[in-house]
Amino acid sequence: MGDVVKVTDVTKVYVMGDQRVEALRGVSFSVRRGEFVAIMGASGSGKSTCMNMLGCLDVPTEGEYLLEGVNVGRLSRNDLAEIRNRKLGFVFQGFNLLARTTARENVELPLVYSRVPSTVRRAKALAALEQVGLAGREDHYSSQLSGGQQQRVAIARALVNEPAIILADEPTGNLDSKTSVEIMGIFQQLNRLGITIIMVTHEQDVAAYAGRHLVFKDGLIMADEVSAAPTIATPLREAAP
Amino acid sequence: MTTILQSFLIALRALRVNKMRALLTMLGIIIGIAAVIAMVAIGAGASKMISDQIASIGSNLLLVLPGSTTSGGLRSGMGGAPTLTYDDAKAIKAECPSVGNVAPTVRGTAQVVYGNQNWSTIVLGVTPEILEVRDWPLVAGKAFTQSDVDGAAKCCLIGDTVAENLFGDTDPLGKVIRIKKIPFVVVGVLTHKGQSPQGTDQDDTVFVPLRTAQRKLFGSQFPNTVNAMMVQAQSAEVLKKAEEEILSLLDQRHRIGPSRERDFSVRNLSEILAVSEQSSKVMSILLGAVASISLVVGGIGIMNIMLVSVTERTREIGIRMAIGAKQRDILLQFLTEAVLLTTCGGIIGMGLGVVLAMVVSSLMEWPTLISTNAIVVAFLFSAGVGVFFGFYPARKAAALNPIEALRYE
Repeated sequence: MGDVVKVTDVTKVYVMGDQRVEALRGVSFSVRRGEFVAIMGASGSGKSTCMNMLGCLDVPTEGEYLLEGVNVGRLSRNDLAEIRNRKLGFVFQGFNLLARTTARENVELPLVYSRVPSTVRRAKALAALEQVGLAGREDHYSSQLSGGQQQRVAIARALVNEPAIILADEPTGNLDSKTSVEIMGIFQQLNRLGITIIMVTHEQDVAAYAGRHLVFKDGLIMADEVSAAPTIATPLREAAP
Repeated sequence: MTTILQSFLIALRALRVNKMRALLTMLGIIIGIAAVIAMVAIGAGASKMISDQIASIGSNLLLVLPGSTTSGGLRSGMGGAPTLTYDDAKAIKAECPSVGNVAPTVRGTAQVVYGNQNWSTIVLGVTPEILEVRDWPLVAGKAFTQSDVDGAAKCCLIGDTVAENLFGDTDPLGKVIRIKKIPFVVVGVLTHKGQSPQGTDQDDTVFVPLRTAQRKLFGSQFPNTVNAMMVQAQSAEVLKKAEEEILSLLDQRHRIGPSRERDFSVRNLSEILAVSEQSSKVMSILLGAVASISLVVGGIGIMNIMLVSVTERTREIGIRMAIGAKQRDILLQFLTEAVLLTTCGGIIGMGLGVVLAMVVSSLMEWPTLISTNAIVVAFLFSAGVGVFFGFYPARKAAALNPIEALRYE
């Protein structure tokens, strides 16, 4: 299978007043379809900037980022939104579900923006929720769900539009270790189904679940190693209430 | 279509979350729209009242009055002198091409008696043209004719008020009433006309043939004189021309020259009332303008709250953008919310304005006219206020950088 992501000599420079911050200083790597990559590094290493760029929330200052062969750096804001909608799924540290909104409605949100008719939306959302083990919880509001459950709703939301990549930014940062394992289990399960996952984390044991580690330091990739034997998390399927 | 419906649902949800705030935000629009609707209704009512009064006098009318007289050092007012005659009226009718009908009148007050009822009323000696000039049809019977006038017949037409006071429920037609002890046959009853612009009851009157009034009721040492003439021009366009024709004809007939002052005057009735109608229109425009200022203030309130709302929901905007909302989607979402706020406010304001107008009209006995036009305009205007004042906050929301919006705490 070909490269889903191909990053070539990407730099990113932020200008704040008269200060130039070089967040990325020439980064090249590629990710093949079906990989589970962990991006690691201390804060300020450029991993978040890299993630924003991979997520089409930001464009590189120089260099080229091809997402499924499309040069994303040349696209307009609207086209980027379109790509985020159709090709990417986001999972954030803080879950970022909409408040006062049910699990199903949260999951339906990407489909709303891709103009999917409501009956199809509903079916797809329910299927995605089932995939993350939340069948039967679709009418719960975000505030009625635990952290782990909220994160699973977020994963379902990332999944629902059948994206090329799921991007996870510190997905276990706000969760206890037991729940973290559950979430990693879901990621591994999805990965086994062929979904490409790129995850930013600074925790070594979380990164251990990924098959490949990209280590950032000072805006450069310090290490790119394939993990011979990633930790296997046995996902605890939560029984439907 | 899906997107507009979708953003409508999102907006509805956002407003439901903050019901109290939504209501308070709407208040400005509610008051503004209510004020506009009520003020326009009251103003339109006033205009209508005045134009109804103008119509009740008759249209395109000129009033020809005799001049004043001096007797023993006392000068009577305009209309006191016996200088206009029935022949003047006939001459105007015959010789002024811009004139349609001429209705000379002789006016007096008399006690009218029927059976054991009596009533003091204004008795007008008239010619049949009066009904046309004043646009005053009969409700029953038929008018007397020119030959009745020429023959000084003792028949009369009675006004609504007189009919009510003398006859009550009995049919006045064919009955004989006594005016100054002279018997008159009631041949017709006039329709209800209501108040004159001066507030007098126009229905409190009896019409008798002109000659009868001159010779039998109000006989004076100057036979054939009339108190006034109502002249109807052929049309509104030739009103001015008719006035000039009458002036020059009467100048000629009365031998008015540089050395002799005019012993009559011509007044344009419609013009006087048109001025007051104009002023009431200006008044209602002013009221409307003042009211729409409150609408603008309300709109600024909307803008303020929408800006707060955009800031509060920065994170939500970030999530939506990350998930694939385009700038247009975000813009539409917040714009819809603003328009929903103002149109809800507009609808409530309309209801309030209509109630207010009705309360005012019942308390002050002042007619109000709630036009569908005003309501449609008010509704569109409130939606317009939403678009106008919602646009800036919505654009601000749409312009947010998704990364910063996501990071916003």
